[in-house]
Amino acid sequence: MEQFLAFGVVGLTTAAVYAVIGSGLVLTYTTTGVFNFAHGATGMLAAFSYWQLAEGWGLPVPVALALVLLVLAPGFGLLLERFVLRHAQGLGDAQRLVITVALLSGFIATARWVWDPNEPRPLSPFFVDREPFRLGPAVITWHQAITMAVAVAVAAGLWALLNRTRTGAEMRATVDDRALVGLTGADPVRANRVAWMLGTQLAAVGGILIAPTVALDASQLSLLIVSAYAAAIFGRLRSLPLTFLGAVVVGCTESFLTGYLPQNEYLPGLRLAAPALLLFAVLLLFPHRRLRGRDRKLIPVPMPSMRGTAVFAASIVALGVLLATTLGEEQAITYGSMFALGVVALSYVPLTGYAGQVSLCQLSIAGIGAVVWAQLGAHGELWALGATILISAVVGALIALPALRLSGVYLALGTTAFTIILDRWIFTLPSFELFGVRIALFRQGSAEVVGPNLFGLRLEDTAQIMVFAAVCLALAVLGVAALRRGTFGRRLIALRDSEAAYATLGGNLLLAKVLVFSLSAGLAGLGGALYGMHLRSVTAENFNLVAGLPIFLIAVIGGLGMVGNGLFTGASFVGPNVLISVAPWLHNPMGLLPALVGIGVSRHPEGVLPMMRRGWEPLGRDRTVLAALLGLFALVWALRLGDVIGGWTLFVALLVGAHLLQKAAAVRQAAQTAPDVPVEWWGVRRPWRAEDKEVLARGLAAG
Amino acid sequence: MGSLQVSGVTVAFGGHRALDDVAMTAEPGRVTGLIGPNGAGKSTLFDVVSGLRRPSSGRVVLDGRDVTRLGPARRARHGLARTFQRLELFGRLSVGDNLRVAAELGPERRRADHVVTEILDRLGLAHLADTPSDSLSTGVARLVEVGRAMAARPKLLLLDEPAAGQDGEETERFAALLRSLAGDGTAVVLVEHDMGLVMNVCDEVHVLNLGKIIASGPPEVIRRDETVLAAYLGDA
Amino acid sequence: MNPLLELREIRAAYDGITALHGVDLRVGAGQVVALLGPNGAGKTTTLRVAAGVHPAESGRLLLGGRDLTGADPRDLARAGVCLIPEGRGVFPNLSVRDNLLMMTFTGRSREQVEEVAFARFPILAKRATQTAGTLSGGEQQMLALARGLATDPAVLLLDELSMGLAPLIVAELYEQVAEIARQGVAVLVVEQFAAAVLDIADHAAVMVRGRIERHGRPDDGLRTELSALYLGSST
Repeated sequence: MEQFLAFGVVGLTTAAVYAVIGSGLVLTYTTTGVFNFAHGATGMLAAFSYWQLAEGWGLPVPVALALVLLVLAPGFGLLLERFVLRHAQGLGDAQRLVITVALLSGFIATARWVWDPNEPRPLSPFFVDREPFRLGPAVITWHQAITMAVAVAVAAGLWALLNRTRTGAEMRATVDDRALVGLTGADPVRANRVAWMLGTQLAAVGGILIAPTVALDASQLSLLIVSAYAAAIFGRLRSLPLTFLGAVVVGCTESFLTGYLPQNEYLPGLRLAAPALLLFAVLLLFPHRRLRGRDRKLIPVPMPSMRGTAVFAASIVALGVLLATTLGEEQAITYGSMFALGVVALSYVPLTGYAGQVSLCQLSIAGIGAVVWAQLGAHGELWALGATILISAVVGALIALPALRLSGVYLALGTTAFTIILDRWIFTLPSFELFGVRIALFRQGSAEVVGPNLFGLRLEDTAQIMVFAAVCLALAVLGVAALRRGTFGRRLIALRDSEAAYATLGGNLLLAKVLVFSLSAGLAGLGGALYGMHLRSVTAENFNLVAGLPIFLIAVIGGLGMVGNGLFTGASFVGPNVLISVAPWLHNPMGLLPALVGIGVSRHPEGVLPMMRRGWEPLGRDRTVLAALLGLFALVWALRLGDVIGGWTLFVALLVGAHLLQKAAAVRQAAQTAPDVPVEWWGVRRPWRAEDKEVLARGLAAG
Repeated sequence: MGSLQVSGVTVAFGGHRALDDVAMTAEPGRVTGLIGPNGAGKSTLFDVVSGLRRPSSGRVVLDGRDVTRLGPARRARHGLARTFQRLELFGRLSVGDNLRVAAELGPERRRADHVVTEILDRLGLAHLADTPSDSLSTGVARLVEVGRAMAARPKLLLLDEPAAGQDGEETERFAALLRSLAGDGTAVVLVEHDMGLVMNVCDEVHVLNLGKIIASGPPEVIRRDETVLAAYLGDA
Repeated sequence: MNPLLELREIRAAYDGITALHGVDLRVGAGQVVALLGPNGAGKTTTLRVAAGVHPAESGRLLLGGRDLTGADPRDLARAGVCLIPEGRGVFPNLSVRDNLLMMTFTGRSREQVEEVAFARFPILAKRATQTAGTLSGGEQQMLALARGLATDPAVLLLDELSMGLAPLIVAELYEQVAEIARQGVAVLVVEQFAAAVLDIADHAAVMVRGRIERHGRPDDGLRTELSALYLGSST
């Protein structure tokens, strides 16, 4: 009984923190419509700042608390509102999601940059030197008591604010009908500002209260939010009382699992994954949502020409061969993962770009692909690669089934939960037996991965595997382009644009969604196997949620509608290493890059690839310049192979040469298209044409 | 064949009845008009017939088969197609591909290209085949939706304000199209505010007001019906 | 009499497609003007331009002789223009009392607002703590009207007040509108259901395809013309 009470007290204390964080999330979501994935990370930053002030610089605790909660947190909330989130409001679901995911990734990178993760940072609980007191049979520490008291105070304060003040009415009114608020003379922007300030403060309170009981670690603290998400989803992102109730359920479940879960090697991960499992369960208990109408902000999905795609696929292989033959072993290890990660990123194109399903678990599926290959393809058997794709596709279909009930933010949350369940539980399992088959995942450490055996040709060194990955990426690009041009691609785009119209034309939503989930999971699994081959030995950390975020962000920045996305993402992911190799101090700022550019996605929702495509199109069409480029390519390559020039010269020569030739092609193209002659000068500056008369007559009639 | 019988359909949200014991029919080869003031429940009735909304009670019978419990896709396979008042084009696909998706899901999927070309020609939209459909003006977009529904080769076609945004001459041509569709044996149900068009092409008109059918009959009768006039003018 | 609200030669467009081709309208203090016409004629657009919610491409908007062309909705709201939009004049998840509280941003106290509202519509006092979304349709429109009145507007713009309501309730609502006008408010009403508003209107304008086709007193001639418009000419 005493033990039961002790775990109960711990559970309620944790619940209090989740409730505080969760209520901040509900507050900002209902008022502004932006679901903030970075809410937990905001609390994490607050906890680090508090540590810095109180422990690092030794300020008195009350001063440090006041600075963080009353100055830094609201100020930070205001800045975010002004410079990031206000612009997010006008965007579509997917872009808003990207912006807050970018914030999450950016906050974690910032914290790791400022506060070296290898240094321990103990944070003592409040009133740690006071004796715990007894309440009946239960023993409660002062920190626990304060935490619970704060939650109660937050509940009362929020209730009073929302129901007893005009500002509260304004905030609730903004949720109901933003346009009407404008007509009353009230100010919806002010309501948003208040919400972001308060939301940030609540996240900060939660972060500071929980930090002493867990390690002060950037990603761990940021992901505590999963428990708060589960609580908030309990309240359907609307109801504060239900959010508090949800927090109690989540907090106590975690605590009692700690106490009463049987001790064996398979179950400790289950306790860690419990919040994610609860989140998944709560998401699925949602009622079916009605068929959605169309979303206003849709990212275009250009039709790739078969010839253009073939040229592009050939260039991928050429790039692979070039890199494989010119890079040293160490460099090959640094840059070679571009093709494997490119295949993972390409899996977003059909799933998110065409079908509009936002999934944050693609890298986790890649992880499954890697371990399946490690186990089945222990000797590089080629059939095992097929089996890897197949098994990954089946996993994708399994995710799709529950995901069918979800869309938008809820789907992103569901796939996040799935990722965390894998990270914390499944991937940490020791080997086990299922239906008589011995299954080893990461063996609680690392799994060894070998290259494939191509009909007797064993691919072993990094360079060979790099070329193999480049060929796989090229084939995948051809496949996705063919998909886009075919019936199934059209259907995916159609069902995204209007589920109602697609269904009333006789389309089967369920089947199409399951198919696209398994198709892209198959791709991701292949990418994971290739990534594993490249790394030779993989751990669960290679495939966790935080590792997957930058890939998702870069893919979005590239433009999810384009088949060029795979190479773009892979190259952008490893590319900054070129600069870091020159200037090692750039390591941390470069970590922030995906997040910074992700935030900028509001300006170019269609991504940068369409712009790049426009820039390079003239070169592709101009045979003379194209030949010159190929000649240059062959020349410097031969020089490098003959060891006449070094790697850097090759790199710079290709970069400068390609750039100059692209400009040349653009200039030649512009010269060919006749300049626009104003109508008054027709027949003067250029000869009079037969059709001119008709054009003029029509213009006069219309005017 | 594509006959439709709706009987006793009621849709209630909370205490409010958007549709109240509605009964109506549509016959193959005829254009049936469904008119009524704003907020009368016309689009809700279309949602019930096409399967996007479950009625609280009542039956929808298509070709003698009770489809009340079937989803929208199953009903489409029984020959039903519709357009939407709020416009539900596949915005990222070209006009031609919008039609192609429908044709590939319909009974003539094996000759989808042929179906698309034929319909684009019939609607005079051939020059727009490769135009992205989110760049169309509302009037043209409505016509493309009609074309997309036609590409599914429906036996029963529900059109929700297809002629809004058309000018006089375009409306004339559209009326001819509706008559030729009915001439092919399709049952057409038309929701439209342009009374000239309704009175011109419909063989039978149902009038909906505050969720109830208040009159049914041929256009010349409806036009002189005092209850209908009162409903439009808001008399008690 | 000098008009309180005056639209001169207003042109407006949606996505480059012209919706209003030069609309002239004048509403005097204490006057009820009904703007009638079939769907898509541009009636709602006219109201939206008058409230500053939709920009006019050309033409002028005058309020008591002051030129307020191009002013934003909040400025117009403060200058005494109150728009009650179609079908959604209330915040459905707020209580009646909180709905009224939302009208205190223009400088009146909660007590003043409630006094005006509850005096005009006593039923709202009984429902004060009820959530607005659970009121009947008629009560919601009363609340919308009451919220409009609470700001003591000079100009009241009403869009399809009768939408989805039974004729008796509509008649009752328009009685209240007439009463409001008698206190010196200029009222512009957009309606598709013409009869109820014609009983109380001083002046009616019929709009077709973005133009005002007819001005005049609401008499039998107008009624015949409208029925021809709605149900197609019988000749």
